[in-house]
Amino acid sequence: MAHRFSSVGAVRDGLDGVQYLADEGIAGVVYLADRLAKPVLVEGPAGTGKTQLAKSVAEMCGARLIRLQCYEGIDEAKALYEWNYKKQLLRIQAESQTWDEVSDDIFSEEFLLTRPLLEAIRASDPVVLLVDEVDRVEVETEALLLEILSDYQVSIPELGTIEATQIPLVFLTSNNTRELSEALKRRCLYLYIDYPDLQRERDIVLTKVPDISQSLADEVARIVRSVRQLELKKAPSVSETLDWARTLVLLGVEHVDAETAAETVHTLLKYRSDIEKALKEFSAGDARSSGLPH
Amino acid sequence: MTAQTAATGAGTAESPLLALLGGFIAELRRAGLPVSLTEHLDAMEAVRHIPLDDREAFKFALAATLVKHHAHWRAFETVFEVYFSLRGAEYEPGDGAWADDVDPSELLDPRSEGKGGGEPLSDEDLARLLFAALLRGDQAQLRAVAWRAVQRYAGMEPGRPVGGTYYLYRTLRNLALDDLLERLLETIEEEAERPLTPLEERLERDELESRIDQLRQEVEAEIRRRLVADRGAEAMARTLRKPLPEDVEFMHATREEMEALRKAIDPLTRKLAARLSRRRRHARRGVLDFRRTIRQSLSYGGVPAEPRFRYKRPAKPEIMVIADISGSVAAFARFTLHLVYAISSHFSKVRSFVFIDGLDEVTNLFETSEDITEAVHRVNTSADVVWVDGHSDYGHALGVFWDRYGASVGPKTTVMVLGDARNNYHASGSWVMRELHRKARRVFWLNPEPRSYWDTGDSIMSEYSTHCDGTFEVRTLRHLERFVEKTF
Repeated sequence: MAHRFSSVGAVRDGLDGVQYLADEGIAGVVYLADRLAKPVLVEGPAGTGKTQLAKSVAEMCGARLIRLQCYEGIDEAKALYEWNYKKQLLRIQAESQTWDEVSDDIFSEEFLLTRPLLEAIRASDPVVLLVDEVDRVEVETEALLLEILSDYQVSIPELGTIEATQIPLVFLTSNNTRELSEALKRRCLYLYIDYPDLQRERDIVLTKVPDISQSLADEVARIVRSVRQLELKKAPSVSETLDWARTLVLLGVEHVDAETAAETVHTLLKYRSDIEKALKEFSAGDARSSGLPH
Repeated sequence: MTAQTAATGAGTAESPLLALLGGFIAELRRAGLPVSLTEHLDAMEAVRHIPLDDREAFKFALAATLVKHHAHWRAFETVFEVYFSLRGAEYEPGDGAWADDVDPSELLDPRSEGKGGGEPLSDEDLARLLFAALLRGDQAQLRAVAWRAVQRYAGMEPGRPVGGTYYLYRTLRNLALDDLLERLLETIEEEAERPLTPLEERLERDELESRIDQLRQEVEAEIRRRLVADRGAEAMARTLRKPLPEDVEFMHATREEMEALRKAIDPLTRKLAARLSRRRRHARRGVLDFRRTIRQSLSYGGVPAEPRFRYKRPAKPEIMVIADISGSVAAFARFTLHLVYAISSHFSKVRSFVFIDGLDEVTNLFETSEDITEAVHRVNTSADVVWVDGHSDYGHALGVFWDRYGASVGPKTTVMVLGDARNNYHASGSWVMRELHRKARRVFWLNPEPRSYWDTGDSIMSEYSTHCDGTFEVRTLRHLERFVEKTF
């Protein structure tokens, strides 16, 4: 089988090319996923670019992204395939053939509605399959995924087993609201995307926010790092960092001081207690103690 | 082992690496990580695609195939460092972590030219170099200083059965890191030629702290490399083996482990809350309600078209937590309180009391504060729990509880007592437990000590446990999780 990537470095450069700054771990796992033909389970705090990774990989490979958004109560009919019941009814009524002929006929491909998982398997063009927020489905439903993840095939009782024509890259994301089953984890490569370190966050800000100056990006990244060290209800995510940086650029801020920080911090932190805590921490020793908006 | 046989088939040329990998995985399992056979095979497949000389990529490749839980990452990293930090069996000090073209002594020498070639740096020189490296954030030089410092101060002797922490302590003491941060900040302020704003100061401080932390890690890594070279990977891994966060015992946790515990508790509570609410939803459907089904059937002319069910009404218990927060059990009490409040939406009411020898209600601390962590901290500072001498006195504390709050214990109340029942030979006051048991729905006692220690020394666990509906040994987060899941 032809491999998509020649080396870890190539993956990283490729992702760079589509404006996704991957670190060593991310690039390495994507590379391995291709070589070992295994799905990747991506975990990490919200807003660190888990979903974006799948999108960027698709863009890099010039592949179509097929996305399955998971939710509680998702079932086979929504994830794998469904028989087109109405069409089958029409077929039965339309012609007066013998029952045997009809019954064979109505369970053919023509009446099959493909859902994301089956679609990814049957695609002949390059695809990337993204199973988003897999932790939202119940443990029992997880089993739906197992066959496709390990063997890249789907068994349909009436039709037989449909095997993949090509092995797609598969990404599963999880916000870790519950422990995924061992069976699922065993079939996947595991990637934990944490908040980026200072250097990488600054680079992300520089790439994603046009017109931001080097020094401002640096300040933003450093402040965000310090904020994350506080014990907050919800630490700022990368997307919130970007929002904040964009706000600062729009306001024409060149240099962040305590006051501008206090005025714009609500783009970064979303809980009042968090905002108060951050402002208190960063203006400690400051007699004016900042006129924060409540 | 099946994995090994499969491995030899994969490529005989690589077998030393695969053997090393086998030992590595065995050690991971001994450290408590659940590594399955499939994952072992995946790892062997993975290392064929990633060159060993790219250590970072190699590490991530192994992690991706072997570590499926983020909390296990640290344990993995430690074992990895031990098994793969060397390049070959012979370790030349200073050689392990360097790229081929960088020599640590070169990095240090140019700045001490006056000394002439070969002459060692003085202690002052080293301190000065360290200062400069930290100030500028020069990674290579930081590493070089760490290397030299270990060589000079750790005083490592081959074959000495001392743990790495001893050497770490000796090295760091000689580097005098304590006032370094303040001195660095002063220098930065001088260079800026104006006083720093609090925000700037805070940012600089965080930056410097992270650099000093990095130095500490470098020193640690260097010591570990030398120890591995001296004793071999397996012996070293054994001394370094640490429990996973969910297996850390509350009573014996180091500060670092506490930190890990604190990080682990939030995902745990989220998980528990999700599981509890799911269980509640699924448990709603009950048995057929015959009377109401017949009643309903009358509107269909006697045909029972619409069956009616007797829905269970899941009890929402009222919780009263009485926690000993003295000394060694304090951490345990804090984590348990944290957990109880995090899932408090599953209870109709939660009231909490803390005691040492006096007792105080702290419910309002949790109710007025949005942030559980902060509330837990405030419990320590603002609760009035000392009566005489600040040694646990269960008898007196329980007595006070009964006098003041006994009346509000009712048939819906679940009472949870947290503590080790070490009473310092005071009166037990177990009559309170008897009364509680009579009045309350359920009484549980959570003890952070292993069961075998109960009733030894001044522990009077059995006096209390006769009046409890259940006693639980809750030494780790894992135990705590199991208790909550079983009980609520």
